[in-house]
Amino acid sequence: MNDIIVDFKNVFFSYGDRIILEDISFSVRQNDFIALIGPNGGGKTTVLKIILGLLKPEKGIVSVFGGKPEENRKLIGYLPQSFLFDLNFPINVFETVIMGRYHGLLKKYSESDKKAAIDALSTVGMLEYMNHHISMLSGGQLQRVLIARAIVREPELLLLDEPMSSVDPASQKSIYELFHELNKKMAIIFVTHDIGAISSYIDRVFCLNRKLYYHGPGEGSLGKLAEAYNCPVEILAHGIPHRVLERHKK
Amino acid sequence: MIEVFQYEFMRNALIAAVLVNIACGIVGTYVVINKIVFISGGISHAAFGGIGLGYFLGINPIITAVPFSLVSAVAIGFIGKRSKLSEDTAIGIIWATGMALGIIFINLAPGYAPDLFSYLFGNILTISLTDLYIMIILDFAIILIVALFYKEFFSISFDEEFSIVVGIPVRILYMVILCMVALSVVILIRVVGIILVIALLTIPASICSQFTYNIKKLMVGSVVVGIISTVAGLFISYLLNIASGASIVILLVLIFTVSFFIKNVLNSLTRRRHSRSITIE
Repeated sequence: MNDIIVDFKNVFFSYGDRIILEDISFSVRQNDFIALIGPNGGGKTTVLKIILGLLKPEKGIVSVFGGKPEENRKLIGYLPQSFLFDLNFPINVFETVIMGRYHGLLKKYSESDKKAAIDALSTVGMLEYMNHHISMLSGGQLQRVLIARAIVREPELLLLDEPMSSVDPASQKSIYELFHELNKKMAIIFVTHDIGAISSYIDRVFCLNRKLYYHGPGEGSLGKLAEAYNCPVEILAHGIPHRVLERHKK
Repeated sequence: MIEVFQYEFMRNALIAAVLVNIACGIVGTYVVINKIVFISGGISHAAFGGIGLGYFLGINPIITAVPFSLVSAVAIGFIGKRSKLSEDTAIGIIWATGMALGIIFINLAPGYAPDLFSYLFGNILTISLTDLYIMIILDFAIILIVALFYKEFFSISFDEEFSIVVGIPVRILYMVILCMVALSVVILIRVVGIILVIALLTIPASICSQFTYNIKKLMVGSVVVGIISTVAGLFISYLLNIASGASIVILLVLIFTVSFFIKNVLNSLTRRRHSRSITIE
C-alpha cells in the first residue's frame, strides 16, 4: 500500500460552532482521478486546504506523501477558485505561470524555470498568449493559464478547486481531456459544487456534505459511462432519470 | 519665477519633491494593487502619536514618528490577520489610538506647539536639511527592500494563498509591505501632512494604473506623475499664496479626473471603431 499519497483518518474540522467536516476518512493513490462533489459550504474547499496544510484539522490524522501536509507542498499543484482574482492586477500570462516555480528568498527564476513555464503553457495550449494581460483572456483561457501555473513544478498531486466555473460548456470538454492527459503523470482531486457535469475519466466520486459518501469503482459503472453516453462529459445524478450513483447509506 | 531658486527653502522643497515621490511611487503602487489604501490611512493618522511624542521629548517629531508608525503598521497587520477582528476594525482602533496619544503628548509637552499645523497639513517650504537626510535614508531602505523581495511582493499581491503554497513567507513579507507604507508615510508627513498623506500614496499610482499593466512601468510612472504634480502644486501655491499640501492634492485630483475621462473616451472610441469594423464585415 505504498502508493497512498494522501490519507485522512477520522478528520474533524469546524469554524467556530459550525461543523464543516465530521469524521472524514479517505485515501488517495498515485494516479487517482477523484471528483469531490457536494453542495456549497459542504467542506470541499476545506478538504483541499487541509491537504495543503493551509488549515489544520481539529481532530484526526492527515498524512500527505507520508508526512505533514505543509512539508510536502512542493509535490502538490494547486488551482484556487478563479473568482478570487483581481483581473485588473498588472500581471501577464507568463508572469502568472512562472510564479509556480518559486524556489526561495533571494533566488531568481532560472532559465530552466522559464523553460518549464513555456512547456506548461504549451501543454495547456496557451503559449501564444504568453505576453497577454490576464484581463484579455476568456474564462476558459484563464483557467488554462492557472492550470499551467499549478503544473509548472511537475507535481505528483493536482488539486483543482472548481476548475469548470466560468468555463463555457464548449471549452469544458477540452479541459476534461487535458486533465485526462495530466492524470497519466499525476493524481488529481477536483472539486465541483455542480453535480451536473462529471467526466467519465474519473475513478471515484466523493460526495461531501459534512460527512463523506464514497462512490468507488465498486459500483462498477463509472468507467463505462463513456460508452453508455458516447461522450466524455455526462450528467450524473443521485436520482431520476439516470441513477448512476447509489443512494447514500444512512 | 527663476528667482525663487535663490532661496534655500525652495531648493530644499524641490529636492524633497523628488525624494518623497520616489518612495511614494514605489510604495503607492503596492498600496493600490493590494487595495490597502485605508490601512495606509490608518498608519498615517496613527503616526500623529509619534509627532506628539517628539514634542513631548523635545526632539525632531519626524524621528519619533518612525517607530510609532512602524508599530501601528505591525499592529494593524497583526490584529487584522491573526485575530477575529476584521482588518477594517483594526484600522479604526489604531487610527484613533494614535491620534488620541498624539493629543495627550502635546498637552503634556511644555509650552506651545507652534508648527503643529505643518505636521497635520504639511508644509514643503519648511523642510530642513535634516529632513532631507532622513528622506534619503528612508528612500534607500525602501528601494533596497523592493529590489530584494520584488518577486515575492508581486506574488503575494496577486494571490496570497498560492504564494503560501509555493513557500513564500507571506505573513512576514506582508508586514514588510505595511512597514514600507509606514516609512513612506513618515517621509510624506513633512510635505503634505498627516491628513493628506493618503493622496500621494494613492492618486499617482491610480492615474498610471489606467494606462499600463506592467508593474515596473507603473512604479516609474507614479514617481514621475508624483514629482510633476508636487513641483507644479508648489508653484501654484506660491503664485496663489495658498497651502502647498492642499494645492498638490487638488492638482493630483484634477490630473486623475482628466486622465479618467481620457481613458474612458479612448476606450469607447476603440470600442465603437471595433463594432463598426464588425458591421462592415
